[in-house]
Amino acid sequence: MIQKSPSTGEWVFYPRMVAPRTGATDMEWVEPSGRGTVYATTVKRSKPPAADVNIAIVELDEGPRLMTHVQGLAPDAVRIGMRVKALIVDGPDDGRIVVFEPEAGA
Amino acid sequence: MTSSTDLRGKTAFVGAATFGCGEAPGYTSMELAAEAGRLAVEDAGLSMSDIDGLFICLPNDFLSGLSIAEYYGIHPKMTNNSRTGGSAFLGHAEWAALALEAGLIDHALILYGSNQRTGAGKLVSAQAPSPFEFPYRPNNPVASYALAASRHMHLYGTTPEQLAAVAVSARQWANRNPEAFRQGPLTVEDVLATRLVADPLRVADCCLVTDGAAAVVLTRADRAKDLKKTPISLLGAASATWHSEIAQLEDLTVTAARESGARAFAQAGLTPADVDVANLYDAFTINTILFLEDLGFCPKGEGGRFVASGAIAPGGSLPVNTNGGGLSFCHPGMYGLFTLVESIRQLRGEAGERQIAGATTALAHANGGTLSSQSTCLLGTPATV
Repeated sequence: MIQKSPSTGEWVFYPRMVAPRTGATDMEWVEPSGRGTVYATTVKRSKPPAADVNIAIVELDEGPRLMTHVQGLAPDAVRIGMRVKALIVDGPDDGRIVVFEPEAGA
Repeated sequence: MTSSTDLRGKTAFVGAATFGCGEAPGYTSMELAAEAGRLAVEDAGLSMSDIDGLFICLPNDFLSGLSIAEYYGIHPKMTNNSRTGGSAFLGHAEWAALALEAGLIDHALILYGSNQRTGAGKLVSAQAPSPFEFPYRPNNPVASYALAASRHMHLYGTTPEQLAAVAVSARQWANRNPEAFRQGPLTVEDVLATRLVADPLRVADCCLVTDGAAAVVLTRADRAKDLKKTPISLLGAASATWHSEIAQLEDLTVTAARESGARAFAQAGLTPADVDVANLYDAFTINTILFLEDLGFCPKGEGGRFVASGAIAPGGSLPVNTNGGGLSFCHPGMYGLFTLVESIRQLRGEAGERQIAGATTALAHANGGTLSSQSTCLLGTPATV
């Protein structure tokens, strides 16, 4: 779930009390499509045995962008413009995190 | 009602110093800053008791304005330790100029010091971990700059070789600066042979982790002309902030330097073509490319080709980071103040083997956070006022 302001029609991420730019305060929680496009990508290179990890910025179809991992392929095979879909997995800490994998057929 | 152009040339830098650049074992960050500050005041021909405005950041002391006043045993009318990352000190110059012109203070000392290399062994960051980034454990700050670089390569065809050209140019300048920490030959091939840290950025695309301190003294033009050294006028100063976390920057290839630069140039009544030497905060090689574009030295997207042409290296059309920059001179966590010191030294004609003959105008530009905060200052010799 991410936020959307009915008065402005804008989607908001990360969650805020006051919407960026518009100052709207009427945000509601709405389920986004979970689909998006890779906007920028890098690989966090690690010393073995730790594995290299993809770090990307994904632009949701609804507009907002977020930092994430793109998984399901080699971390350096992720390309800008690639279509991806969200999944929710266990994070490195207590909570769960949103990551992405390539859309089927993408 | 006054306009910002009214501040043009009303204040001038009359003291500048660096201390402990590279490795300074045994010193605390405060001691490094305090010694740079003392040297800058001495350089100006002033006494510490003349200083009534203190502008400072330290890596790990959020009330450093109080600490440094106590350390020097002076009673300033104003202390300011506002933090915008490494750009803070150019913002300090902006605020100091306003306070000087308003008559609130007479002599401002802006200073910074860090022992991060010999003290902590790594970058000391003042930024709180973001709940929306930290779960992904990005190796920040480099990961954020790498994301911007990936976008620039995607849109404009910028290449790793062009990024490397920034590091090579910086090294060529550093080889002319005896104070530079990293010296010796460096080729594009050498840069590309270093380890990847965050694709496409390699070790040699990243700034140094050093100790070091810098300080400058700013005063009103009427006082400046009676002091020891040639006063270097502040012709324009402006800052802009668009975001904090990299994912919130609207276009990863356009920074707020576009705005800070335009406002600083307007104040100064100058254009990029008037600048004799530019000192740009090069935390990573992509920074130099982005700032050259956003400040108007080349069109958007052309930065990679501009630096690869040799334009910013010794003998090029636009000398950039003549001290060797954060990539080869020194980078003690927050580098911004060193862009001012080098600009002042060039305009005074004190830059030795790397001196740009006849330089009368210089641009200093600093960056804070992850391309988040941008501050630009334009400086000139007395003839430009």
